[in-house]
Amino acid sequence: MKNQYLYNYILGIADNSLILGQRMGELCGHGPSLETDIACTNISLDLFGQVRSYFQYASKIAGDGRTEDDIAMLRKEREYKNVLLAEQPNTNFAYTIGRQFLFDVYHLAFLKELQKSTDLTLAAIANKCVKEVSYHERFSSDWVKRLGDGTEQSRQKMQEAIDDLWTYTDELFHLTESDKEMVSQGIGVDATLLKDAYYNSVKELLEEATLHIPDSKYFQKGGKKGIHTEHLGYLLSDLQYMQRTYPNMEW
Amino acid sequence: MMSVKNWPLWEIFVRSKNGLEHRHCGSLHAADADMALENARDVYTRRNEGVSIWVVESKHITASNPENNGELFEPAQDKVYRHPTFYDLPDEVKHM
Repeated sequence: MKNQYLYNYILGIADNSLILGQRMGELCGHGPSLETDIACTNISLDLFGQVRSYFQYASKIAGDGRTEDDIAMLRKEREYKNVLLAEQPNTNFAYTIGRQFLFDVYHLAFLKELQKSTDLTLAAIANKCVKEVSYHERFSSDWVKRLGDGTEQSRQKMQEAIDDLWTYTDELFHLTESDKEMVSQGIGVDATLLKDAYYNSVKELLEEATLHIPDSKYFQKGGKKGIHTEHLGYLLSDLQYMQRTYPNMEW
Repeated sequence: MMSVKNWPLWEIFVRSKNGLEHRHCGSLHAADADMALENARDVYTRRNEGVSIWVVESKHITASNPENNGELFEPAQDKVYRHPTFYDLPDEVKHM
């Protein structure tokens, strides 16, 4: 493939939204209340919409006849390049919100930079996504504050979720070989430059939510290289079920 | 998590476009006004229905009593001349 780096770069971005979208979609019909259920499902649909734009572009670049659906549904676990944070399960509503919040703050900052990409397609996709993700960030931040500064029980659960998920945040700012190549061409975003602002705004909000900021220096990584936690396999077996069971089926 | 049972009920009014009035479109549960606005955005405007949302806690609405419908509404039933149907509206006047 002529543009292997660009292809990998797009998949790196898209897989985060695909896997997180699948996680939020799992709450359809299972949210803690009708209103939050619809809100989580809306976020899921926003993310899937974004994913379609990325995969359509990736399919064009690959130029080997694979469609957006093939790219989304028919890769093996090691070929998904999402960050570990995105695949963490919906242990309880605090985890769902914590995962969303820790990702949204990054995602919003990332898209604002991607809007300046010299690749006009990526810049246009980022332009469309940034409003959706602004709302996601507002939604998840509000809930972190509500749960953190809520009852003793909600506070404890929110703190647990943040403590557990914190270890996956550092990976957001790691650059793969394709990332570095794309940064050097002015196409990609240098995520390392987003790190300080990220931790500042996350910490500010956690303080507002009366939560402790985890001080762990140990971080998990691997998702960007295709080395995932045990949770991704189960998620993919749900996501890919129809295409694996009835190959080439269409709606 | 606080119990959903404790969340009060809110009435939701959505303005579908500028120039039109807000119309009642339903109700939902929320812990406070901010949450009611966000919930209303997700529940009632996800198909591009609105440009503005009002939320009012349901307990603040005073409703007429159906038992009084006779004295309240029936006297108007035989007064068709109160409808402004005796003149033509120009086409330019929309949304009357």
